[in-house]
Amino acid sequence: MREWGDEGMGGWGEIRILTAFAFLTLPTFLTLPTFLTLPTFLTLPMAPISSPKIPWAERLAPRRWLGPVVMLGPAGVWLLLLLVLPTLLILEISLVPGLRLGQPSGGYGLGNYLQILQPVYLRVIGRSLSFAVGSTLLCLVLGFPVAYWLALMSPQRWRNLLLVGFILPLWTSSLLRAYAWTAILRPSGVLNTIFTAVGLPAQAWLNTPTAVFIGLTYSFLPYMVLILYASLEKLDTRLLEAAADLGATPFQGFWKITIPQVLPGIAAGSLLVFISTLGDFVVPTLLGGASSMNISRLIYNQFLGPTRAWGFGSALSMLLILAVSLSIALLLRYGDKSTVTEPS
Amino acid sequence: MAQTVQATAVAPTTETQPDVELRQVLKTFGAEVAVRQLDLRVQPGEFFSILGPSGCGKTTILRMIAGFESPTAGEVLIQGANVSRVPAHRRPVNTVFQSYALFDHMTVRDNIAFGLKIRRMGSAQVRDRVAEALRLVRMEPMANRYPAQLSGGQQQRVALARALVNHPAVMLLDEPLGALDQKLRKQMQVELANLHRQLGITFIMVTHDQEEALSLSSRIAVMNNGQIEQVGTPSDIYDRPHTPFVADFIGDTNLFPGRVDRVYPAQVQVTTESGLRVLAPAMTPAASPLQNIVVSVRPEKINLSLSAPGSEGNCYQGQVSHLMYLGTHLHCVVRLSSGEALTVRQPNRAEGALAVDTPVYVHWAAADCLVLDAA
Repeated sequence: MREWGDEGMGGWGEIRILTAFAFLTLPTFLTLPTFLTLPTFLTLPMAPISSPKIPWAERLAPRRWLGPVVMLGPAGVWLLLLLVLPTLLILEISLVPGLRLGQPSGGYGLGNYLQILQPVYLRVIGRSLSFAVGSTLLCLVLGFPVAYWLALMSPQRWRNLLLVGFILPLWTSSLLRAYAWTAILRPSGVLNTIFTAVGLPAQAWLNTPTAVFIGLTYSFLPYMVLILYASLEKLDTRLLEAAADLGATPFQGFWKITIPQVLPGIAAGSLLVFISTLGDFVVPTLLGGASSMNISRLIYNQFLGPTRAWGFGSALSMLLILAVSLSIALLLRYGDKSTVTEPS
Repeated sequence: MAQTVQATAVAPTTETQPDVELRQVLKTFGAEVAVRQLDLRVQPGEFFSILGPSGCGKTTILRMIAGFESPTAGEVLIQGANVSRVPAHRRPVNTVFQSYALFDHMTVRDNIAFGLKIRRMGSAQVRDRVAEALRLVRMEPMANRYPAQLSGGQQQRVALARALVNHPAVMLLDEPLGALDQKLRKQMQVELANLHRQLGITFIMVTHDQEEALSLSSRIAVMNNGQIEQVGTPSDIYDRPHTPFVADFIGDTNLFPGRVDRVYPAQVQVTTESGLRVLAPAMTPAASPLQNIVVSVRPEKINLSLSAPGSEGNCYQGQVSHLMYLGTHLHCVVRLSSGEALTVRQPNRAEGALAVDTPVYVHWAAADCLVLDAA
């Protein structure tokens, strides 16, 4: 029988909390660069690296492993300490039902996971999914025309400047930007001042899901535009000429050539925004109010709220990790160009 | 120099309505003039080539016929209809692109079916037409592959099939064989000629490869600097060039700019700046003394010998200054005592003891020269 948290909040217990939280924020930071570079990877064919005929002595020669170890080692250690180990810790904690600080636990079980199935928690998960899906679609609809214009129609000499201008907000802290939105959306805020000035009814959007959609779409639109831009910029416009030559109107050319050609980019951008918004904490907390409880706020409450239900919080975290991993798997499968084909 | 050469002047069939006609077409890109005041008529069933160095405006002409560019001034007519302002997707022409521009997210079959499906043709008919096109270009076994899985020559065939499956009034080919290696290019030239014969539709091909144009075309327009220098059959262009540019661009030639100083009944004598006297056939209309002209003689018409030849015509002494061995023949540059450098093409026979600095005689008959207007 083991006891949890009996060291109090000092020593190893504190480190555990810190690593757990480090983990909670890490997936976002770690997956982000991966996803930003994914469109490049997707277009490169993977070459098989190992060849079976090499004898063992040859394989173990330092010149074969020294390079990879030196290059991958530091990042590997970093990932091992801050990602793999914390994940395993969280997995362990999630398997201890009814865990309370300073109290003996009743051994391993799946109770924490069964607790997720209660309607009140399923509603939270459903709301998180709707936030993610909704803001992803909004980003796609708003971002595609911008990326299209930037990549194919904007004046060449201003293109880079325009692009930088568009992603400039990313250099401001996301927390500050969310606070800015509270100033815009609150009942006596900027938006309602404008609305009443032009004769529109004032809106009480702050602390509603509407504010969350606005905030999430605003925060992640630049990522969507960047990825779609990278994809559209590679579009071979001669294909559109070929389509027109074969009788396709510009509209038909767009749907039959442009969209299939940039589908990997659309998939990459959508999944990046989906993953980021699914686990977002700042925007729902600051803009959504009590009515917008989502999975990351629920996880936060389990660790730092009054209940201190670490076990349940860890189970929810594992669920979120699973959802994100599934999305990445989907991206790797369907973001690939060769599988994007028209049914004939 | 001929400003605008009327294609009809040398067209084999005149009075029929041309398939493609350009009237006084001007195209500018900003301050740059790509095509200037150009007239062109292409008759039904012709294999018409537009030949010229890169940047001469030949691709711009093709793009204006296809509808990707509209003329700044003038008219483009296809089968008698003015299409100058008709967008590409409503023109009865199909293009084979230099880069092929195959849709890489579709199979070969779907690429070829694209134009037919766009026109909402029934699926049974689409299947038949695609099968026919695949057979024509001998690509049936590759129908379900993606363009990335094909070689350059195979992609070329798919691009051809994708265009001809629509039974266009005119096929436009933009440097169709430019991306293929020498051997494959020869093979595809034969296939293109066969396709043209089988289909009987008008082909308009843009190329910078004179050999390709000479071997495939029924007529050729030679372009330079946005203008047509000459339109004619391959032998017209090669044997009877109208301008020094055409003579120089189509095959190698030696040009002697000079002035007429004697006029005989069947010949004229021309003196170059360095004082070389060249006999050339008489001109029509007859040349007047002191008129500036250019005499052109092809390298293969010049004979080379080590001892003095007894023949009449042009004969000069010189020294071999370059010697290039080209398998079937030797390519020599002979420097004459008057200073001119002559390119001579000699069949590769065992007799020669030619080397650099060998003193030689070059000689050719006056009738083997061409007289051109000075540019």
